[in-house]
Amino acid sequence: MEEKDITGRDARWRVDLREALSARERTAIPRAKMPELDPAYRITCNEEVQQGLSPEQAVTEATRCLDCPDPGCMKGCPVSINIPAFVKNVQRGHNGDAARVLRMTSTLPAVCGRVCPQERQCESQCIYVKMKKPAVAIGWLERFAADHGSEEAMASQQRPVANGRRIAVAGSGPAGLSFAGTMANLGYDVTVYEALHQIGGVLKYGIPEFRLPNSVVDREIEAMRRNGVHFVSDVVIGKTLGYDDLLNEGYDGIFVASGAGLPRFMGIPGENLIGVMSSNEYLTRINLMGAGRPGYATPVRHGRRVAVIGGGNTAMDSVRTALRNGAEKAMIVYRRSEAEMPARLEEVHHARQEGVEFMTLHNPEAYIGDENGQVKAMVLRRMTLGEPDASGRRSPVPVPGEEGQVTVPVDEVIVSVGVSPNPLIPNSFNGLDITGRGTIAVDEHLQSSIATVYAGGDIVRGGATVILAMGDGRRAAEEMHARLSQQS
Amino acid sequence: MFKIVEKEYFSPKVVRLEVEAPLIARSRRAGHFVIVRCGDKGERIPLTIADSDTERGTITLVVQAVGESTTAICALEPGDCLTDVVGPLGQATHIANFGTVVCCGGGVGVAPLLPIIKAMKEAGNRVISVLAARTKDLIILEEQVRRYSDELIIMTDDGSYGQKGLVTQGVEQVIRREHVDMVVTIGPAVMMKFVSLLTKKYNVPTMCSLNTIMVDGTGMCGACRVTVAGKTRFVCVDGPEFDAHQVDFDEMMMRLRSYN
Repeated sequence: MEEKDITGRDARWRVDLREALSARERTAIPRAKMPELDPAYRITCNEEVQQGLSPEQAVTEATRCLDCPDPGCMKGCPVSINIPAFVKNVQRGHNGDAARVLRMTSTLPAVCGRVCPQERQCESQCIYVKMKKPAVAIGWLERFAADHGSEEAMASQQRPVANGRRIAVAGSGPAGLSFAGTMANLGYDVTVYEALHQIGGVLKYGIPEFRLPNSVVDREIEAMRRNGVHFVSDVVIGKTLGYDDLLNEGYDGIFVASGAGLPRFMGIPGENLIGVMSSNEYLTRINLMGAGRPGYATPVRHGRRVAVIGGGNTAMDSVRTALRNGAEKAMIVYRRSEAEMPARLEEVHHARQEGVEFMTLHNPEAYIGDENGQVKAMVLRRMTLGEPDASGRRSPVPVPGEEGQVTVPVDEVIVSVGVSPNPLIPNSFNGLDITGRGTIAVDEHLQSSIATVYAGGDIVRGGATVILAMGDGRRAAEEMHARLSQQS
Repeated sequence: MFKIVEKEYFSPKVVRLEVEAPLIARSRRAGHFVIVRCGDKGERIPLTIADSDTERGTITLVVQAVGESTTAICALEPGDCLTDVVGPLGQATHIANFGTVVCCGGGVGVAPLLPIIKAMKEAGNRVISVLAARTKDLIILEEQVRRYSDELIIMTDDGSYGQKGLVTQGVEQVIRREHVDMVVTIGPAVMMKFVSLLTKKYNVPTMCSLNTIMVDGTGMCGACRVTVAGKTRFVCVDGPEFDAHQVDFDEMMMRLRSYN
């Protein structure tokens, strides 16, 4: 089928869909409700909380979309997915075509449908928001189309014609996968090197099963394997293989997507006590290493009173994991108010449903240990909100004196206050320009100071979202392809 | 897969494994370590590389069976495979001609010490090695250490071999006898702590190699953090070697008990 038949706004089927119902009738339809596991049940297991829309729900939700001539939603999407086209394909029941549309611009739609902050991207630009109504549930529809249509879409996909050029990718997280998928579609022979023993990067070690099942990630990776992408685990670029090794292997280009490595700590007293750890450590033990599951050798602590420091998505993932890991009391400690929290609304909402307590406007000053060095309490400083800071959010101001201090008993603290770029590649590639923050410096084409080396994702951004990393991967692929095509 | 091509028992609980890992064999230097996983449900543990053979494409690991994972690794036979071996990780040892270097190791710490002894000798140093163990049977790699050392002192707790006494006594007799420019110490944390206290007293620069709890080994988790000169450092990417006089050994020993 011609591409325009499934994406063209003027295709007959789509005009018919638009004319079948008036705008008034469409806007009268209430937004779908995502079926979710009961909070009391879901904290006893690792099952995916959101169960996905049913086919009937998806068609009804897709019907709400007005198929705007100048769709705002697409402008809100970092990879400019043709949103009305895939939504209308869902509406007519062509899930395979809907998935095809998604895959034209996104390598991992089933992942994005689950973890993208749609409420700040596509859905925030939806015409419904201007009408003071809830936006079309684009994210849920994306997930639906990817889950129900990908098999059909990929079965009919033609294997690209090989162009004989070889490309290496450092890192198999969202940026690396997105780059690899795009390059493979352009005919390149792509090899992705991963430092860990599993492919998927943060999608595997970071995001928990109850939010993004590993099987969803593995399905996407398998599809890329079938498309000719090679994956090599247990190789640390910059250590196992250096830049010169990669050149000697005959690669024509290298994409560095090694991610944000080092967890940040706050540098306060008691932070190295037993029971205080980074969210990276906590989540990696459980998500990557299977800690706590029968037969797995990696140990994990089962804190009863767990405090998670921070207000981002990783903090929410950690605190919800702690509940599933047996915590009787799981707390978020965040120095600003809930309005400033960087976490997705949905994650905050789910955490609250599950019984997480929010200690907003509190900031840890110290941790206190027992005679064995095990953390037993945290000393918090109360905060108020002052003037907006550089991020535009109101800045936290400490409440001085004794009345500004509270001590809360805890037996586990998970520090989730951000990450710094992984230094392994910046330290080992000679001639690679590094920024003051330790990220790889790239130009507007995502090209580094070494002409053959491109970079994207957190190793360039310093800590961002899955979709921005994926957007970088895709753009770097297009840029590298343009440059290599000029040379030939 | 990373095949075991050779196995040797140093003692009932300590084995030497030669493992196929050609890429690591090629790029590793003295001081580097690897992360090893045994079995699909195994944990990731750090092991220092004791030696490598670039022609055979192998690295040598010396493993003491102390917990579930090390016991499983020690039970592997030639032809079996380690599920994952990744590296070389960490910073390589700073090797230079310092003058006289005392290299002291305890228990299996002698294994990672051997490549440093070798490299120090090749760099032109006068190398005095001090090996220590509880009893004679636990002294490992004696012949190899002797080959690259100008002098070898052996200390056992029970006096069953060499001199009776602790590693610190062996080191102290050298420092009292002649000028020492540098001490390198690898072994149990408590041993390195007391070597460090001793050499601090005599003002001899001392380098130690720390073996902390790790998960990924690439800087991602922070489980390995230690306080060095009042600052938090990650053993996996900043180390594993540090100025021993600046290391907070008490905190490190406390953190080693995190999962006991």
